Amino acid sequence: MSFDLADSVLDDFPILHRRVRGNQKLVYLDSAATSQKPTEVIEAVSNYYETTNATIHRSGHELGELASAAYESARANVASFVGVESGNLVFTKNATESINLIAYAILNATLLNSKDTNLYRKYALKADDEIWLTEMEHHANLVPWQHLSKVTGAKLKYIAVSEDGELQFDANQITRKAKIIAVTHQSNVLGTINNIAEISKVANLNNALLILDACQSVPHLPTNFAELGVAAAAWSGHKMLGPTGIGLLYLRNDLLTELPPFLFGGNMIENVTFEQSTFRSDNGRFEAGTMNIAQAVGLSAAVDYLKNVGMTKIHGHESALIKYALSELLQMPGIRVLGPRSADNRGGIVSFEVNGVHPHDVSQFLDAKGIAVRAGHHCAWPLHRKIGAVASTRASFYLYNTKQDVTDFLDALSQVRKYFKVV
Amino acid sequence: MHLDSLYQEIILDHYRNPAGNGLQDKFSGEAFHINTSCGDEVKVRVLVQDATISQMSHVGVGCSISRASASILHDLTKGVSVVEFNRLLDEFVNLMHSQGKMIPDEQILGDAAAFAGVSKYPARVKCALLPWMAMKEAIEGDSRE
Repeated sequence: MSFDLADSVLDDFPILHRRVRGNQKLVYLDSAATSQKPTEVIEAVSNYYETTNATIHRSGHELGELASAAYESARANVASFVGVESGNLVFTKNATESINLIAYAILNATLLNSKDTNLYRKYALKADDEIWLTEMEHHANLVPWQHLSKVTGAKLKYIAVSEDGELQFDANQITRKAKIIAVTHQSNVLGTINNIAEISKVANLNNALLILDACQSVPHLPTNFAELGVAAAAWSGHKMLGPTGIGLLYLRNDLLTELPPFLFGGNMIENVTFEQSTFRSDNGRFEAGTMNIAQAVGLSAAVDYLKNVGMTKIHGHESALIKYALSELLQMPGIRVLGPRSADNRGGIVSFEVNGVHPHDVSQFLDAKGIAVRAGHHCAWPLHRKIGAVASTRASFYLYNTKQDVTDFLDALSQVRKYFKVV
Repeated sequence: MHLDSLYQEIILDHYRNPAGNGLQDKFSGEAFHINTSCGDEVKVRVLVQDATISQMSHVGVGCSISRASASILHDLTKGVSVVEFNRLLDEFVNLMHSQGKMIPDEQILGDAAAFAGVSKYPARVKCALLPWMAMKEAIEGDSRE
């Protein structure tokens, strides 16, 4: 097991060298919330503004051409990183918008179908239809579907999560009534990596759209959406070393060409008259208005950085860290680890409860020592209720975390209960 | 350690042995509040008689700051008029929004003065205010007053 990777990349991340809470070393264990950015990404964004800035696809001048080329080459770079064609990739502002885009497109299909011809019949939902989620979804992959269910009458169904944080997927539960199956690739709380290939097979067999929340997988695992056989996938740029303000949506060809738009306005149209409009048939149909161009360019630099290091290497490094953290946490008195007890099927995330000490107090104590973790329900409130936790503390790792980071975290954590006098 | 200004001994004592914990059957108003960022919750009941608070009780799940705050609130408001409660609330809200720059008046705020350190941590101000806001609503919701 090797922990060497972090040493070779640490110097690329300026923020990791700043001091916090007085003059203490920063131990950043909150990458599942957002990742830190390497110099290459920061410079790509400022370089774009210094040399290239213009609106894309509309300005005929040289800067306009350069900006359009930079934006489209960013799209191609990100698409190839996840094994899909550039034409199937849509830029959004974040993963939440990506998921809302599909949910609202399906809602629009439902509304237009009832008034119009049978144009959107394939996507229109009826009261008898089912939308399947899992009990471990982030609010971003839950609340939009609740809304869609409320408006269309389609029923919400949940794939259960077992006590040790695994999906209890039963292929027999999924029938022809299932129209949408929206599942996270990796839980942002439990760390569980779900078997998407297995769900994909059942989804495709029943003609259901499998929509993947890939926020915690693309930044950390080698990921190929074409191979996974999903209909759509949503994820964010800022969790994979990229800037904030850029989200991604992969749409399979059928969805790309057939779904009605979500946001209406400039760029997404084909022809506009005072009475009505027609819309583009390519991915531009889903990119209304001026896009986050500099952020797309920054994200492309992040993809270059990740490719250069190698996703297999990154995953291996995080596996080593989580294996070490998990084995220590499982032995620590007063700690209840949430999720799988084995590191084999886990990403670099571990959430836990400390007996007698609230997660906010745990994270405050760690923060006083320069250790940044997350406390709360991590936007997975129903999951916390299900596993009997009000909230939890979460440590999450990335390529720049050292073994020493984990040791510092474990040392501090072992003092928490004494500080709050619950032992 | 800087952290000790946040977690003063008074606060940790109240956290471990909260006063007024457990809802009283006799009450004139109640309110349930949730801290949406962490899921912490508190239910407060008040018994107001002749514009005076004769009893405040509470249950909840939460961090040391929010639980201690409910406990201290129970002690501080016993036998206090509604007018006086509103004055205490204003004083406490001002303290919480002072970013550590206000020196609390212990004569007025009693044990609640110990929360001065909380105001230096913006993310925790909501925890301290949670039971106060629930109590305010419980009093205002009492239609007989």
